[in-house]
Amino acid sequence: MAKTHITMKVNGAEVEGLAEPRTLLVHFIRENLAMTGTHIGCETTHCGACTVDIDGMSVKSCTMFAVQANGSDIVTIEGMANADGSLSALQEGFRMMHGLQCGFCTPGMIMRAHRLLKENPSPTESEIRMGISGNICRCTGYQNIVKAIQYAAAKINGVEFKEAAE
Amino acid sequence: MIPGPFSYHRPATVADAVNLLSTLGDEARPLAGGHSLVPMMKLRLASPEHLVDLHGVAGLKGIRRDGNKIVIGAMTTQHELLASDEIGLSLPILDETALLIADPQVRYRGTVGGNVANGDPGNDMPALMMTLGASYRLEGKSGGRDVAASEFYQGAYFTALEPGELLTAISIPVPPAGHGYAYEKLKRKVGDYATAAAAVVLTMAGGKVATCQIGLTNLSETPLLAEDAAKAVIGTSLDPATLKKAAAAAEAIMSPAADARGPVEYRKHVGGIMVMRALQRAAGRAR
Repeated sequence: MAKTHITMKVNGAEVEGLAEPRTLLVHFIRENLAMTGTHIGCETTHCGACTVDIDGMSVKSCTMFAVQANGSDIVTIEGMANADGSLSALQEGFRMMHGLQCGFCTPGMIMRAHRLLKENPSPTESEIRMGISGNICRCTGYQNIVKAIQYAAAKINGVEFKEAAE
Repeated sequence: MIPGPFSYHRPATVADAVNLLSTLGDEARPLAGGHSLVPMMKLRLASPEHLVDLHGVAGLKGIRRDGNKIVIGAMTTQHELLASDEIGLSLPILDETALLIADPQVRYRGTVGGNVANGDPGNDMPALMMTLGASYRLEGKSGGRDVAASEFYQGAYFTALEPGELLTAISIPVPPAGHGYAYEKLKRKVGDYATAAAAVVLTMAGGKVATCQIGLTNLSETPLLAEDAAKAVIGTSLDPATLKKAAAAAEAIMSPAADARGPVEYRKHVGGIMVMRALQRAAGRAR
């Protein structure tokens, strides 16, 4: 099958490549662009490890063809650090609150939380849990992931983070 | 998991999309949000030779009011439905239902048109559209036609869509102000299809049910309208005996498959419970 020329913006940089129509976006990002921060977990639209931000939407990149993302603006986990290389509020939150153990789900969790906080800068605990309901973690039991997102929300809003008593 | 090879088409108008679908024939499939079709293609349960991606067709987007109807373009996503003030005011049951579909990522991509057109008995919007008396606009090479949601579904994945036809919009009569509504869905986890679900839209007058429609999801090969159950509650105050009668009337038309969600008896039993809960919650909301 003939390959299609694809151009897109990824983490602010114009990139291009050739892909068959059947190439999934996650494969294009990992294999053509050699950006392996975006993970492939279940590859069946369930686990959310492949979540990236496309034109202001959280998308499971295993369930979209690369050719469909032609011309779009994508942010992956590689684009999440601050411009000076320091950790963004969300990354710092996951570090400070122990929001990961094996870390496999973390890129997807952070990309999803990124969009969630853009749409709702002060989510309740319940809104955070519903907001990340398309992302599966098999290590943490989610408690510390929720705290990590609360930490990031507090930092972004410039208020002190108070950890809820357990 | 890599899908089989296909040619990719991205038309810009409904006419071009319909033309492509009818010219390419059986080997072409329209691609909406892709969250049913792409997983099927990865499993090679579907291997279309041509995909006609509808994302470039501006005419399939948007929510607008047309007199006493709300018209929803087929490519409107569940996320856009949830973000719409018009839907929140006029058809809040759509928001309640959309929030029970899949997860946030899927709702950014999954479309209302894909949900109703696919004919999957597990999809939530079809029973809701039957309950609301919606109709679907189908465009084909020889022109367009309107088909009532209640006449659209013929079997699992079999619908009134003819080869080459495209569902372009959904037209929903706005329920009267003060109507009560509820969508009750029993599912095993976030993202699951319903073990059983019921949609209710009703109006109350003087503490009694004046009008009522009840729809059922995933309790047969097609979505169902539980007409006898709805009749059983008219003129009542939804007392316990009436609720049981309505549940029994609804269970009488259910024929769910036995699957990982439970045996037939269980799914019918919880189907009746969803009907009772939806009736009560809808009545509580009616003014």
